[in-house]
Amino acid sequence: MKRSLLLVAASMFAWTSPAAAQETGHGAEHAPPASPATPGSSCTPEHAAMGHCTLQSTPSADPRAGHAAPEHQPSGAESSAPDCTPEHAAMGHCTPRASPASDPHAGHKAPEPSADPHAGHAMPGMAASDAPPVAPPPPEAFSGPEHAAATIFDPELFERKRQARLIEEHGGYVTAMFLADQLEYRARDGSDGYAWDVQAWHGGDYDKLWLKSEGEGVFGESPEEVEVQALYSRAIDPWFNLQAGVRHDFRPDPERTHLVLGIEGLAPYWFEIGGSLFLSDKGELAARFEAEYDQRITRKLILQPAVELDISAEDVPELGIGSGLSTAEMGLRLRYEFVPEFAPYIGVEYERAFGDTADFRRSDGEGIGGWSVLLGIRSWF
Amino acid sequence: MTSTIDRRSLLRAGAMGAAGLGWSGLFPAWAQTGSPGLRPQMPTLSGEDIRLTVGHSPFTVGGRNGHAITLNGVLPAPLIRLREGQNVRIHVENTLDEDTSIHWHGLILPFHMDGVPGISFPGILPKTTFTYEFPIVQNGTYWYHSHSGLQEQSGHYGPLVIDPADSDPVAYDREHVIVLSDWTFLHPHELFGKLKQQGGYFNRQRQTLAGLIGGEDELAHTMPLEERMMWGKMRMDPADIADVTGATYTFLVNGHGAAENWTGLFRPGERVRLRFINASAMTIFNIRIPGLPMTIVSADGQNVQPVETDEFQISVAETYDAIVTPTEDRAFTLVAESIDRSGMGRATLAPRMGMQAPVPPLRRKPVLGMKDMGMGGMDHGSMPGMDHGSGSMNHGMRDKSLVPDDVDVDVGVGVDMIAPMPVDRTGDRPLGLEDEPHRVLTYHDLAPLRPFHDKRQPTRSVDIHLTGNMERFMWSFDGKKLNEGAEPIRFARNERVRVNLINNSMMSHPIHIHGHFFELVTGMPAGNPVKHTVNVMPGGKASFDLTADAPGDWAFHCHLLYHMHAGMMNVVKVRPMDDEGEKA
Repeated sequence: MKRSLLLVAASMFAWTSPAAAQETGHGAEHAPPASPATPGSSCTPEHAAMGHCTLQSTPSADPRAGHAAPEHQPSGAESSAPDCTPEHAAMGHCTPRASPASDPHAGHKAPEPSADPHAGHAMPGMAASDAPPVAPPPPEAFSGPEHAAATIFDPELFERKRQARLIEEHGGYVTAMFLADQLEYRARDGSDGYAWDVQAWHGGDYDKLWLKSEGEGVFGESPEEVEVQALYSRAIDPWFNLQAGVRHDFRPDPERTHLVLGIEGLAPYWFEIGGSLFLSDKGELAARFEAEYDQRITRKLILQPAVELDISAEDVPELGIGSGLSTAEMGLRLRYEFVPEFAPYIGVEYERAFGDTADFRRSDGEGIGGWSVLLGIRSWF
Repeated sequence: MTSTIDRRSLLRAGAMGAAGLGWSGLFPAWAQTGSPGLRPQMPTLSGEDIRLTVGHSPFTVGGRNGHAITLNGVLPAPLIRLREGQNVRIHVENTLDEDTSIHWHGLILPFHMDGVPGISFPGILPKTTFTYEFPIVQNGTYWYHSHSGLQEQSGHYGPLVIDPADSDPVAYDREHVIVLSDWTFLHPHELFGKLKQQGGYFNRQRQTLAGLIGGEDELAHTMPLEERMMWGKMRMDPADIADVTGATYTFLVNGHGAAENWTGLFRPGERVRLRFINASAMTIFNIRIPGLPMTIVSADGQNVQPVETDEFQISVAETYDAIVTPTEDRAFTLVAESIDRSGMGRATLAPRMGMQAPVPPLRRKPVLGMKDMGMGGMDHGSMPGMDHGSGSMNHGMRDKSLVPDDVDVDVGVGVDMIAPMPVDRTGDRPLGLEDEPHRVLTYHDLAPLRPFHDKRQPTRSVDIHLTGNMERFMWSFDGKKLNEGAEPIRFARNERVRVNLINNSMMSHPIHIHGHFFELVTGMPAGNPVKHTVNVMPGGKASFDLTADAPGDWAFHCHLLYHMHAGMMNVVKVRPMDDEGEKA
């Protein structure tokens, strides 16, 4: 106990010892002789504290300039602009009087226009002497061997390990993913069917090989639609990928091959969206737009509304596709994530044909749309 | 104490056959529960010649078996105890089929002994032995760990304590080393793959509709709808506090899970020195001992002016020494709660084995606010005229014009935001502890016991932007991952430089520079604390003054293991190598 009392006493002393004895105190500064940072503008210390300009310190013979004790001069923290409202201060534009140890970086990046090119990033808060300009390294920093360790260890081995263990292992990770977004049984009027929408990718942060497949059919018959896409995917912004490649439709008959140009990613408000243009080997142009959203009801229960629109530039009677908006699907799936990788779901979907597509269906004696009840699994690994 | 050694070796021998005892053989004596504390005669590794063997070991926690990469077969690795002024040779034998390495975290030594493959040396190749040899020129609490691949996650870390050459300014009767870490049964590469596939994979505490309606979610109380919309518009998750969480991690104290309750002994009235080391791969901990105030006496191995607190946050790779003086004859629970409150490490300080104190429940998970977005002090709706929901603000979140012209930040795929108005947050209470009713340590509370030796003012500043993309799990400095050809950070030898770390992400980043200590610029009158790692808060800034006095090549990186692995790493080059340039 005695010792701890001593310790406390010692620490009290340390905290209250004369600041003059403390050589590294940055908290208090001389107000350096202020010379206007920019001709024609008067850069007062107060103004500098707001980040609007930079005080130039007169080169001082004292190497400890800027380390002086608070009693010498009012510190930058204590001199505050008279119009420094709390809101203003909160933005880092100025330093309120009340703050005992003001943020020395206040206003560091305050986007105020300034005549001084350094004012935007130099440190205005306390004093100019505390804020050296951003500058490139001096020339001697470029001298000597590029890789110091290569002068000590076998340079060839070192370079090999530098590439493999340092460069490649810090950002060069390549991985893969398989996602069965929809793998489902569709119960509906007439004969029940099935559908899938799966994809897989392999690659790094920017470049991926991306495979997609979707299809549907009715039990007991050959599938109505089977398509496979093989795409090269390139990240073009933090959330979106540009994708190009080919698509082949094994069903319906006759088969088609298309060139694909698409974009997919995460839109604001967490909408997963994708859009693709298809140019078939018969010269037909079509487009598809998809969007889905995960609404987390509880941590494991997720409601996913999804929409898919198919659009065609022209009538393709042999495939039963009409120009304009040909079909639209709207689904609502409720899944339970036992683990994120495995989630069974139930849902409903409404599918409908429009325009000439609807006419083609009618003339084939088919319905133009209807509801399905879905039972499926979403899984990835 | 010899009986301890005997018992330990007996246990180890017995572990071969007896599954029930198997796990206790995996701990070095100081980490075994019921440890009476460190004594000079403890079976730790010390002296001038130290041998370490890197190999595979089984590891058991919570009744489950996993695979670990260990040193000398124990997790954590053996305590290395050295004395300031001695020389040491450490022979590291690699029995793995892959390269390994040991980095001596926080030690001042020649660059080619620093142990980073591809920077300091080629690495320790399989079935070879590498001998580190260097003088010990400092004292304090440090640690060591692999810098190869993701081995650190698998158990390749241990404590290193250096006793001062002169008398210790910190008085204590007993000491315990507290190594905090995070353990997963997933293979680290699989874990990293999950993060690449789905950035938020381990976040199982996201906001939900039920939570919002039922009022259970923090956001339902504190965040106006328009601000929630803004987060959604930005594709950011205010509940994203930690990338890897208790969903996969078991948090360990000296290799023990919470249920195994590592216990350190004391006699009432003793001054007990706790040497906290956060050896986690990804976990920032909040440390408290309910009922027992802690006096912080050292940070990152550097003595600080004693400061009493009730709770402190220890970021990854930091160390703190605290003195506690329990006077009652009762047990105290040491709580190491993960920053996102997804779990805790727990230990007990007690006069006798078997005693326990209540374990407090996990507190409510924090959510990010405007300041964490890099919008400075503009807190919830306090800015009239600033339309939070507007598109213009969102545009501002990635506005390259916010980056100074002379800083080359590549605002591309790997950068999902540029903090519009980052402010220095070294004086802020740590994330999630803003409203705790008790005392909480901030960096501003830390002042060096002795002033830093270099009193010069920095001659130039260097801005380094901490950048990332949460969705793609890409992390970098200035928008360039190391593998994208990041330009090294060059310093002239003995140059004094102000380095500004600007966090353009909503994650905390413990930034570590090898081979140097820096002065963290707090601007406090008592002086700047001297550190090797600084936690830069979300959307905030931290500056340090560095004396580049160690010639050679040094690693500079975020100490979150998977951030580093994702590219948040660079090389610091200090030149010239010879003494010619030593005129400053």
